[in-house]
Amino acid sequence: MERQFDEELKHLKQMLLRMADTAQEMTGLAVRALAERKEDLIGQVFKLEESVNKMEIEIENDVLRLLALRQPAASDLRLLTAILKINNDLERVADQACNIAETAEYLLKEPPIKPLIDIPSMAEFVQKMIRRSIEAFVNHDPVLAQKVCEEDDKVDQLNEKIFRVLLTYMMEDPKSITRAVDLILVARNLERIADHATNISEDVVFIEEGKNIKHHAQETK
Amino acid sequence: MVSPKLSVKNLSVSFDGKPSLGGVHLDIAPHIILSVIGPANSGKTTFLRTLNRLNDEESAMKITGSVLLDNKDVYREYDPVILRRKVGIIFALPTPLPMTIFENVIYGPRRQGIQDRNKLSATVERCLKEAYLWDEVKDRLHSPAMKLSGGQQQRLCIARTLAVEPEVILFDEPCSGLDPISTAKVEEAMSKLKKHYTIVLVTNNTKQAARVGDQTAFFLMGELVEVGDTGSIFTAPRDRRTDDYISGRFG
Repeated sequence: MERQFDEELKHLKQMLLRMADTAQEMTGLAVRALAERKEDLIGQVFKLEESVNKMEIEIENDVLRLLALRQPAASDLRLLTAILKINNDLERVADQACNIAETAEYLLKEPPIKPLIDIPSMAEFVQKMIRRSIEAFVNHDPVLAQKVCEEDDKVDQLNEKIFRVLLTYMMEDPKSITRAVDLILVARNLERIADHATNISEDVVFIEEGKNIKHHAQETK
Repeated sequence: MVSPKLSVKNLSVSFDGKPSLGGVHLDIAPHIILSVIGPANSGKTTFLRTLNRLNDEESAMKITGSVLLDNKDVYREYDPVILRRKVGIIFALPTPLPMTIFENVIYGPRRQGIQDRNKLSATVERCLKEAYLWDEVKDRLHSPAMKLSGGQQQRLCIARTLAVEPEVILFDEPCSGLDPISTAKVEEAMSKLKKHYTIVLVTNNTKQAARVGDQTAFFLMGELVEVGDTGSIFTAPRDRRTDDYISGRFG
C-alpha cells in the first residue's frame, strides 16, 4: 500500500540527493581551482555553499515535522533518523570544500611549489566515495555501502603519501613551508570528506539492516 | 533467569473447525507489560481470552497445547473461578455496575464474603489509588458510578479488578473509546501496576503498545510472528511483516 507518508519521504530523499550532488561538486571545484589555478571557480564554491546551507535547514525542518506528525516506527524511523545524520554529514562535506576553496584563495597568490597530482586524484576518489554512498542510499544497497566504508583506508594511505612528499619539499626549502602546510591541510580536508562518506555508508547499513556497524560495533556484539 | 508468570506452549485454538490461533509459544515474565498487537482477525483477542478461559463457553471451541500460570496448567489444574480471580480482565467498553463507586469496587470482596466495613473501606481506598482515580472521586464515593466520565469509569473497572487481588491483569483495548488525557491516565496506571502485577495489553494502537509495553508480541492470521523487547520491535523488527504492520503499510 502506497502511503501519503511515502510521498513525503520520497521528496525528502530527492532533496538529500540534490544536496549530496552539490556537496561533491563543490569538492571537485575547490580542488580544480587549486590545481588548475582557476580563481573564478572559488567564487562558485562559496555560492554553492549557500544553497547547501539552505537545503540543510529545509531537510532538518522536514524531518522534525515528519517525526512529530507521523511518529514513525521501524524502517521509517531508521530512515528518518539516518536522513537527519546524512544531512549533517553532507553539510560538513560542503564546509570542508569551502575550507579548501579558502586555502586555494591564498595559495593562488603565491607561486606553486610543485604541480599537484596526488591531491586531485585524492579529491576524485573521495568525490566518488560520496557519490557511491548516496547511490547505496538510493538503491537500498548495504553491500555497496560496506565497500565504501572499506575504501576509507585507501584515503588514509593517500593522505599519508601526500604528507611525506610535502615533508621533503619543506626540508629542501624552508620558504615552501607555509604553502606546503596549506596543501597538507587540503589533504586533511579531503580525508575528512571521506570520513563523512563512511558515516553516510554506515547509516545506509543501519537503514537497510537495522544493525549498527559504527566503530566496529559488530565485533563487540 | 526468572521463571515465567505465564507460559504458553504450542497453543492452538479453533472455532467451528476454523483455526484462530496456531502453535503459539510464548513466555511472559512476571512484572512486565506485554503488548499484543496485530490487525483484525490476527487472534490477539482469542489469545488474551484463552489466558483466563473466557472462551470456555464457546461451544465449538477446540484448544490444544497448554497455558501455564505459575507452572500450573490453566485448563487442567485450575478451577475457572479461582483462575479468573488470579487473572483479571478489563474490556474495551467500561463496564461499571449500576451502583455506587464504593459498591463497584467492593463487589468482588463482598462476593467472597468479606463484611468488615473498615476492611472494605481500606480496600476501596487502596484500589482507587492504585487505579489513579482516588483523588478525583474520594469526596463522592457514594454517588452512582454511571455518572463518571468514560475514562473514570474505565479506571473504576481497573480498581474493581484490583479489589480481588489478582496476579495478572488482561487489558483488551482498554483505551479505544477514551480521549488522550484519559488514555494517558490509564497508561500511567498500567505502568505503575506492573510493579505488583503482570499485565497483558491487547491494543490496536501501536503507539500505545510502544509507550507502555516492555515486550511486544505481533500476531498475524493466528500466528505469533515475532515477540521481543519493545525497543527492538519498534526500531528494527526481525520480520518484514512486523515492520509493515507497525509502519502502517499493511493492506
